[in-house]
Amino acid sequence: MSSTDISINKDVHHAHEEHDHHHDQNFFEKYIFSQDHKVIGKQFLFMGIFWAFIGGFLSILFRLQLGWPDATFTFLEPILGGWVANGKIDPEFYLAMVTMHGTIMVFFVLTAGLSGTFSNFLIPLQIGARDMASGFMNMLSFWFFFLASIVMFISLFLETGPAGGGWTIYPPLSALPQAIKGSAGGMTMWLVSMALFIVSQLLGGVNYITTVINLRTKGMSMTKLPLTIWAFFLTAILGLLSFPVLFSAALLLIFDRSFGTSFYLSDIYIGGEALAHTGGSPILFQHLFWFLGHPEVYIVILPTFGIVSEVIATNARKPIFGYRAMIGSLLGISLLSFVVWAHHMFVTGMNPFLGSVFMFLTLIIAVPSAVKVFNWLATLWRGNIRFTTAMLFAVAFVSLFISGGLTGIILGNSSLDIQLHDTYFVIAHFHLVMGAAAFFGMFTGVYHWFPKMFGRMLDEKLGAVHFWMTFVSVYLVFMPMHYLGIAGFPRRYYSWSTFEAFNVFADMNSFISIAAIMGFSAQFIFLFNFIYSIFRGRRASANPWHSNTLEWTTPPLPGHGNWPGEIPAVYRWPYDYSKPGSVEDYIPQTVPFSQTQSSNLPNERDQE
Amino acid sequence: MTSNSVDKEKSTSGVHPLKFALWLIIISIIMMFGAFTSAYIVRRAEGNWFEFELPGIMLLNTVIIIASSVTMQLAYNAAKKNNISMLKIMLFSTMALGIAFLAGQWSGWSELVQNSVYFGGATANPSGSFLYVLTGVHGFHLITGLIYIAAVISAALNYKVHSKNILRIQLCTIYWHFLGGLWLYLYIFLRINH
Repeated sequence: MSSTDISINKDVHHAHEEHDHHHDQNFFEKYIFSQDHKVIGKQFLFMGIFWAFIGGFLSILFRLQLGWPDATFTFLEPILGGWVANGKIDPEFYLAMVTMHGTIMVFFVLTAGLSGTFSNFLIPLQIGARDMASGFMNMLSFWFFFLASIVMFISLFLETGPAGGGWTIYPPLSALPQAIKGSAGGMTMWLVSMALFIVSQLLGGVNYITTVINLRTKGMSMTKLPLTIWAFFLTAILGLLSFPVLFSAALLLIFDRSFGTSFYLSDIYIGGEALAHTGGSPILFQHLFWFLGHPEVYIVILPTFGIVSEVIATNARKPIFGYRAMIGSLLGISLLSFVVWAHHMFVTGMNPFLGSVFMFLTLIIAVPSAVKVFNWLATLWRGNIRFTTAMLFAVAFVSLFISGGLTGIILGNSSLDIQLHDTYFVIAHFHLVMGAAAFFGMFTGVYHWFPKMFGRMLDEKLGAVHFWMTFVSVYLVFMPMHYLGIAGFPRRYYSWSTFEAFNVFADMNSFISIAAIMGFSAQFIFLFNFIYSIFRGRRASANPWHSNTLEWTTPPLPGHGNWPGEIPAVYRWPYDYSKPGSVEDYIPQTVPFSQTQSSNLPNERDQE
Repeated sequence: MTSNSVDKEKSTSGVHPLKFALWLIIISIIMMFGAFTSAYIVRRAEGNWFEFELPGIMLLNTVIIIASSVTMQLAYNAAKKNNISMLKIMLFSTMALGIAFLAGQWSGWSELVQNSVYFGGATANPSGSFLYVLTGVHGFHLITGLIYIAAVISAALNYKVHSKNILRIQLCTIYWHFLGGLWLYLYIFLRINH
């Protein structure tokens, strides 16, 4: 609100603009309550990494239980305390761990940690803006996320444990505190935390959209934007439209839990006694939840589409294949993501005709997704590929996206879903296509933009070790799960060894758990590399990857305001790599056509 | 302030970034009420739905909030013409009408309770609970609007709202019209679905 007064004093601060970044800010202004988009981006990154380790650690704990269901885990007592009795993990705590693993990974790591980091860091740098449209709102966005994190973190230490109804928190289980321990205080804190989280996402999203629309530099038309910006922009729009709906759903659930309403509850008996709730519909919650929930998986994956497109083009030294088709497919996927939510609900007893409509719409998503995959492969085709660590992760992303995406076509069929619903086939599908793939996209971004974030390089040898261990273990973990799922092995079960049909999978489950432990261990190599390189890494040049986009025209460690002098103007698209007739194999966006007469195409002549 | 170095006037779309951001916030609020009202329709179609009369005072409230939109617009026009005394009168009238609307909604709730339509508890039906949620969440947003108007009034008293510093009251006017429009939508929606 103070901005109206600022705009009046425009002439005054214009004169001072050059000196602005010389002002000494104190420690708190600079690093804690910063309004600088780069610092906020790094804050999101650090929080994301912190949460990723907690979420990963939880998955290792429940993989121990699944891999060796009859073993005793007395060595876990020092960490888990009362949750391990006589060496056995408490079944309700197992459910809580599964729930928290999902919640943490989907929302705190792959939404806040991914969009929060890269949208904040890259949008102003790549469109040529000094900062976000509202630095204050941007700061609030991080601090709402921080509050949400604190509430969620504290819930891990409650006596009744954190939320345990699954990350989708379906009522009636989640609505009745007396049902399981995981629906008691932990669920209340989950809902509070998510409400804060949604506020944070909306504040961030409003800023990203406004900045992309309003603050682009001279010459930066929408069709000269790097694909990263297109992806972040559409991600923010998806969030803006879908998170309020989750907020509505959560609000009604809060009323059901604590105020005695019956939006989702009807005809329920607990311990033989009928509850007073009548007239509610639990399916209503699923509709509201998945109206967010499905766009949410695209909120997770779209930013990595952009990051990977950028890194593949840069490191294949080739223009991205089908730039406009890439934008078109992003738009298509965003649009379709809002009309497919009921494919999560095929077995809720919905009208089969409605089911086939949603099935049809779901399968159409394969078309824009395939356009993207073919364009990435065509970009790689006969390129001068440099296998930097970022590039390794980007190529592996394409691989994971294909293997995970193909099973999506299987799951999207409403008749096949009857067999596969809530089995490990679903687990394998979404972990490959949005879990592991989004993580790989995030690693791609970290390895690629680390030099611009911290002014130093990550170690490439450690990066390669990290990559291969992660890549191999991801496939070793999730490929066998398809097999389990086809056999009907159900997800979320604490103990399966008493079922005759699933006993034969004991070795396979142990194998998956060993691979998971290997994959998790590899992340400590990354953690070491990350922290060590922030302080001791090799110093980076301004443009270490010989890339075209605007952020590489800033100094190695851009100060406040990003460019010391004027903001550069943009003359060309961001993918002029290996252009025939050009001296260098890359032409940055800031180079006018008049300086590159030897390489200009016939249609570019009139812009010289 | 650190954000000073951002030149907010140079916008590629020709719209002030904050105004643009406000529209985005309005879209997210629309999505929230879209979720509530579509849930209402879906739930009502399933049956077991208790029908009751809407409180009569809601019609009066609708007239009040439309009147407050008119005074808000007059305040904005006065600010553009630098008519400061008119601006203050109109802002205070908007504030008063807004509070009157909230009080009217409150009495609507008491009327519902008197007719045994409860928000929660053993005898509550979702049809009643939905009405409380729709009016309650709208009321909450109206309170944020009133806080915004209070901020504009305090600026107006310090002579900071005039034709050369119009953005604050302009955004406030947009938000207030939106809240009025939102109530109109909810009222018509409830009338049709009752």
